[in-house]
Amino acid sequence: MENKATNCITEGAAKEMFDKLDQFIDSLGVNSCSPRRKGDLIMILHQAQHIFGYLPEEVQTHVARKLNIQHSEVSGVISFYNYFTTEPKGKHNISICLGTACFVKGADKILEEFEKELGIKAGQVTEDMEFSIDVVRCVGACGLAPVITIGEKVFGKLKPGGDVKKILSQFKNEVKE
Amino acid sequence: MKLERINSYPELLERYKALGYLLGLREEGTGQKSTFERDILVCGGTGCVSSNSTKIVENLQSEIKACGLDQKVQVLKTGCFGFCEKGPIVLIQPDNVFYVQVCPEDAKDIVEQHLIGGTRVERLLYEEPLLKKKIEKSKDIPFYKKQIRIALRNCGVINPENILEYIAAQGFQALGKCLTEMDSQQLIDLIKKSGLRGRGGGGFPTGIKWEAASKYDSPEKFVICNADEGDPGAFMDRSILEGDPCSIVEAMTITGYAIGASQGYVYIRAEYPLAIHRLQIAIKQSREIGMLGKNIMGSGFDFDIDLKFGAGAFVCGEETALIRSIEGNRGEPTTKPPFPAESGLWKVPTCVNNVETFANIPPIITKGVEWFNSIGTEKSKGTKVFALAGKINNVGLVEVPMGTTLREIIYDIGGGIRGGKDFKAVQTGGPSGGCITKENLDTPITYENLTAIGSMMGSGGMIVMDETDCMVNIAKFYLEFTLDESCGKCTPCRVGNKRLHEMLTAITDGKAEEDTLEKLGALADTIKKTSLCGLGQTSPNPVLSTIKFFKNEYVEHVRDHKCKAGVCKNLMQYFILSDKCIGCTACARNCPQNCITGKVKQPHEIDQSKCIKCGVCYQKCKFSAIEIR
Repeated sequence: MENKATNCITEGAAKEMFDKLDQFIDSLGVNSCSPRRKGDLIMILHQAQHIFGYLPEEVQTHVARKLNIQHSEVSGVISFYNYFTTEPKGKHNISICLGTACFVKGADKILEEFEKELGIKAGQVTEDMEFSIDVVRCVGACGLAPVITIGEKVFGKLKPGGDVKKILSQFKNEVKE
Repeated sequence: MKLERINSYPELLERYKALGYLLGLREEGTGQKSTFERDILVCGGTGCVSSNSTKIVENLQSEIKACGLDQKVQVLKTGCFGFCEKGPIVLIQPDNVFYVQVCPEDAKDIVEQHLIGGTRVERLLYEEPLLKKKIEKSKDIPFYKKQIRIALRNCGVINPENILEYIAAQGFQALGKCLTEMDSQQLIDLIKKSGLRGRGGGGFPTGIKWEAASKYDSPEKFVICNADEGDPGAFMDRSILEGDPCSIVEAMTITGYAIGASQGYVYIRAEYPLAIHRLQIAIKQSREIGMLGKNIMGSGFDFDIDLKFGAGAFVCGEETALIRSIEGNRGEPTTKPPFPAESGLWKVPTCVNNVETFANIPPIITKGVEWFNSIGTEKSKGTKVFALAGKINNVGLVEVPMGTTLREIIYDIGGGIRGGKDFKAVQTGGPSGGCITKENLDTPITYENLTAIGSMMGSGGMIVMDETDCMVNIAKFYLEFTLDESCGKCTPCRVGNKRLHEMLTAITDGKAEEDTLEKLGALADTIKKTSLCGLGQTSPNPVLSTIKFFKNEYVEHVRDHKCKAGVCKNLMQYFILSDKCIGCTACARNCPQNCITGKVKQPHEIDQSKCIKCGVCYQKCKFSAIEIR
């Protein structure tokens, strides 16, 4: 239960987060009358996702108001790009590279094992909000194929039948501690 | 670090001479004496950083300090050495000793044995796999022998976070030369004469692109660096940005001078945090030193660069889509004409070039057109960087002269196929490209030749496949990628590729009708002819090329319901050979379905109705008692 709270935005934390986002937007010197004001939208959404972890509707409308554009324009951009998400991710987001180099070295099997171990599909979050799985296209570490990243950590040259369990147990232990 | 502004080209040349000592110990050095006795260069590319190379730097530094050598030896993090297979890599100069697969714990031995003892740490030297001979120097390693490094010239040589090292490596001299000795037309003519063609895929002559943008009269113009390297398996642009970011700053500024622009943008993938970080440093230092901003080197020319992040859309590698994305829109391509050179970002003339193309510009200007023309073939000049990946021994980045054959790249540089398996095909050009088979291994690589044999240069990803890869499945994989990435604006790409994918799925499931192959070909042809942008027009290429070269595999799937490579799960069954099974129970214990039964020391059996064909039993069996049929 405790973990769920970190992913829901409480009122106090929300204000702080919105303040932080506003600071960033103000630092860009956006002119809300300029025909080019939308040019900063994607950079702002990156920052917003960095602050909030995802892009819920409140954040979208806030950004739209700040840039003096329609909410639909903001949500249209978010839905187009894979990087943006409107759903919260798990505390440990597992990105599994399915680029070609990883694919020919069996990354699809690694993905299957993660899905089975966690009981979720790619794009979903576990109920306790601890883990989520994402499929990504090439992290550019083809020398380490098949490769996955969990947060900032990179795990490479994975083999089916063992490695996945080992990695997950590292993070699960962390949860218990 | 306080950086002093450089106010003129002669001042830059003076600074270059004064800074020569920085590279004094390295091969490309200026022959000047360094203040250190040794430079230890540790690879700081994404691959090696993922394998903990940062810790190697820390450990080396603390060991060196503990031995009181910190005035004599410096440890630096450089860009990618290219030999990712053997990373992390540590190079010791001026000894030119190349250590591979170094762990943080090896720091002690490197300091004690190499730096103090004067011997080599044998176990960290590269071993030639055939002769089992240790090789000490990088230039003697077969992986490097046939390479010529132009775009990657500074990667693995300089510290990418210190602009002074870039200046010591002749950095910004091309820009200085342009600003003081050439007008924009002379500069464009020079690039046209060099024969440089776009390295991002299409191969359009760079000089002509510049000329087109320069011709339009406009108070505002833009230069864009396309660093949205979306092609899976290609990582040369990332390595250049991580290893030599200042060269991109310099080349963009030169382009700005040529076309008359004063603002540039680098559109870079958000998935490349390290490249973004290094570029930010390079831009900041360039501003401080006066290589960006107002009145560059006293010439009166102003230019600045800002970063724009991509957000994970493959189609944004297409220039019109990229421009829409910078404008803050959905990255949907628009019809050409008008070309960006006429009406690009915010509807003003814009020149978009790829990272690797930019990296070639400064050396062409400093070393001259004749030099560049002497490398490569008649129509494809210079070099090309390829990212070798897949079932090959030496995964990594290689830069070879145009005209090198695939055989040289795969066998001489790449060290052949992993695990002694048979070569089947190499895929170039990513989701837009095609396969090249054994028969064409000796084709010299040029833009024209690759197109002629049904593939394309693309951005330079080369995925090597062996006999255990099913080509139908590979085609399906690429199509899944296109399906994911199709922006949905035009119907042929949005719906056509979906139908193509359904047909391929039917084939790999063994449910395809006899005439599926014909329908597949016809639909692919329609998609190619009627899609709006490059993504759709090339999306059926992997399918068409695999049908062309591996038709028998398709026919086997459709007619005989067989997948020879043993990849398509729905076409195969696992059996336990009773004469080979000794009843060790390894398979039964690991079977996730618990569908293998049998007594200890007795042959086991698989219940086919429950088997999900995961292949775990096949991997776990040490007695080759499991067969795939």
